[in-house]
Amino acid sequence: MSALDLSPPLPQRRGAPMARDFVLLGAILAVGAIGYVLFPNNLALFTRIIALMLLVLSLDLVTGFCGIATLGQATLFGAGAYAAGIAASRYGITEPLAMLGIGAAGGALAGAISSAVILRGHGLAQLVLSIAIVQLAHEAANKASAITGGSDGLSGIAPAALFGLFPFDLWGRTAFFLGLGVLVAVVFVLRQLVRSPFGMLCRGIKEDPVRIRAMGASVYPTLLKMYVVSGAVAGLGGGLSAVSTRVVGLDSLSFGLSAEALVMLVLGGTGNLVGALLGTLVVVWFEDLVSAINPFHWLTLEGVLLVAVVLFAPRGLTGIAGQLRRRLGGRRSS
Amino acid sequence: MQTFLSIGTDALAYGMVLFVISIGLSVTMGLMKVVNLAHGAFAMIGGYIASYATRDLGLPYGLGVLAAVAGTVLIAVPLERFLYRRIYGAPQLTQVLMTIGITFVIIGLANFALGPTLKTVPLPEALQGPVNLGFRAIAAHKLFAIACGILVAGALWVLVEKTGFGIRLRASVEDAAMAAALGVRTRIVYAVSFALAVALAAFGGVVGAELLPIEPYYALRYMVTFLVVVSVGGAGSIPGALLACLLLGAVETTGRYYMPEFGEFFFYLAVIVIVCLFPRGLLGRAE
Amino acid sequence: MIPVFEVRDLQKHFGGLVVTRHVSLAMAPGDRIALIGPNGAGKTTFVNLVTGQLRPDGGQVRLNGEDITRLSPTARVRRGLVRTFQVTRLFLDMTPEEHVALAILQRDGRSGRMLGSYLGMAEVTAEAAGILATLGLSPVAGEKVREIAYGQQRLLEMALALALRPKVLLLDEPAAGVPHSDTRLIEDALAQLPADLAVLMIEHDMDFVFRFARRVVVLAAGEPIFDGTPAEVARDPRVRAAYLGSYGDASGIP
Repeated sequence: MSALDLSPPLPQRRGAPMARDFVLLGAILAVGAIGYVLFPNNLALFTRIIALMLLVLSLDLVTGFCGIATLGQATLFGAGAYAAGIAASRYGITEPLAMLGIGAAGGALAGAISSAVILRGHGLAQLVLSIAIVQLAHEAANKASAITGGSDGLSGIAPAALFGLFPFDLWGRTAFFLGLGVLVAVVFVLRQLVRSPFGMLCRGIKEDPVRIRAMGASVYPTLLKMYVVSGAVAGLGGGLSAVSTRVVGLDSLSFGLSAEALVMLVLGGTGNLVGALLGTLVVVWFEDLVSAINPFHWLTLEGVLLVAVVLFAPRGLTGIAGQLRRRLGGRRSS
Repeated sequence: MQTFLSIGTDALAYGMVLFVISIGLSVTMGLMKVVNLAHGAFAMIGGYIASYATRDLGLPYGLGVLAAVAGTVLIAVPLERFLYRRIYGAPQLTQVLMTIGITFVIIGLANFALGPTLKTVPLPEALQGPVNLGFRAIAAHKLFAIACGILVAGALWVLVEKTGFGIRLRASVEDAAMAAALGVRTRIVYAVSFALAVALAAFGGVVGAELLPIEPYYALRYMVTFLVVVSVGGAGSIPGALLACLLLGAVETTGRYYMPEFGEFFFYLAVIVIVCLFPRGLLGRAE
Repeated sequence: MIPVFEVRDLQKHFGGLVVTRHVSLAMAPGDRIALIGPNGAGKTTFVNLVTGQLRPDGGQVRLNGEDITRLSPTARVRRGLVRTFQVTRLFLDMTPEEHVALAILQRDGRSGRMLGSYLGMAEVTAEAAGILATLGLSPVAGEKVREIAYGQQRLLEMALALALRPKVLLLDEPAAGVPHSDTRLIEDALAQLPADLAVLMIEHDMDFVFRFARRVVVLAAGEPIFDGTPAEVARDPRVRAAYLGSYGDASGIP
């Protein structure tokens, strides 16, 4: 069996899946509340974490649930960020929810286009195509500096007050609560999505596309749809980033960001959405701590963690949690 | 015409450096079926060792090259034994993660040991300065790179087609289980091939240090390029890798000459077009 | 009377090697045909050609009178041509109930639904439970496939096929790899198949063939050399020659 089993680690439990959803959503809100109360000066960091969580959730959809290994997910995030940023700075669309919507649309469009290219290849070719796409997007954004600000970044983004009541200030409170709200909504929708027939189809495609076809279901259109959904989620993250930091840089369209997102996903655990959230939180927190000392030390640590995960904990943190739960519950692990 | 030859020689030099570094990756991928994203890191290590040997220890260039190759192989052998062996045959994502992890560690350690600045490998007298080819003068080290590339291609061809090891290598690439059943010690073939691949990468890293400058992010910066070469050329195919390197070298150099402000845009566009048209590589074999 | 399934003069070669040679076959609803032949005769290739996984070099495949030779494999499944696999292809981390539910949803064109679990669709869960019960899989309906016995996995393959409401069912060695103690289960399942379903079974197990088939087609070197009743097949000299070479009366066919 493979060294890295990407299947969902938690045992399927029947009965009241909705209840578990609400527990998860409650946990997210609780963690958010604790963060707000304990670290009121770090709200900008938390909002960044939320934006990245959305990126990693989007990656979980295509990699964890559909089995597509991609290093180009940042394309969708960056597309959303630039879409929202350009809409605000050039076209004066400063209503924050509209900006987020445009970000999601931009990401979805980028998802459709990327997948049309990426799904043409298999194995190494697919990976290379995914990298080529993000690099191409990066170069395009760099060249089109008149619109995107090039390597200086896109600035002049001034989101209007949310609902006309809550302005975006230096404290970042509005951005944080907006982000938290968006995250909760997205997680709720995605939980429904992965349980739906469409979600089952995707999981089947990941495991055995031949069997899926033998059931009369088409593989390519399904994956394309999932990519569009994934793009919307990533684009939301990018839009949130644009709204809260008021700046969009080329690094939001980089191979490096794609790789980071993959690291966060794998550390947390693929295929169950919770891993995406957990992984992002842990990695960004650590990165913030260690990078302050020396960014290269963080890189080394990340590398060591990756190797360790592959060798010892293929299902990431959620896998370890699942194993602990099984052991404590007295059940035999499979 | 002048420009054409000019671009041609530069492209040839760049392409040959790519070839020397990437051919090892092509063999590794074709043989062990391992997507080794850390391959560029080995080239980088070679460059670093050569730089340290020639600049800090004062060794002559030739010894520096030898030290680079030997040192990199020494580092790679335990990595193969303890890490790579665990992921032969694993799903692609697993291999990607493991080898990215190795790359990160190598970058971090390189920076820690030798700092973030660019490292050069001082060229010997013979390789400094220009060589007059008639239609233009070309830097001697570029000519050297081209010569090395041709030499490596030739030597590999002889190794693969004409020696006993080559037969065992080809058998293992074709069908590992069958080869093992016929008595080929595939473990040893893998280990030796991996060492050879790394040695070539290190060699390429040194020889190409003027064209691909040595600094900690080298491993990430060119990771994509080497992967693209293998993908376009088809894993396990020497002529395919050669063709891919020349083609990509031409695209890269032409782009740089005529539209430098576009950066790598046309390079990646070309990659997408080529890979979409030839998903198994220009000369790759069907699975 | 149009045959529900018809193959006309099917041909396939790989380079110089002819693997399928002028194969013609017609099936009526309710047929129970066994396709047998020595190894390498081209039986699985035939199934792959007919289901669309391989493209033939000549000939036609017709389903209910419609020419489906150019259709994709998924389109053929949707028109009622369903196959099972010789080596089970199942989703190890899903349960039998989920498998069958997915097949039902796909059949009804609802597998693209993005919201709401199938558990909330009473008619789907009821139908899935019914199909699983028919095949004796109810006790393991909620367990992951990686945890259930191989014989039960083979039955699940059949459950999936049935859930798709096929008009023509191609079974690729349904008893393959199943321990002898469990072949009874497969036989019972076969007996439960709808009477108007046309079934073609590839098999090596002769007991199976004789208990199941009303008609036997023998394929040798890509070509049908016999098409008749089970009683006749054992006596046919060409069949004996195909299986036994020229060694006359060795055991193998009762």
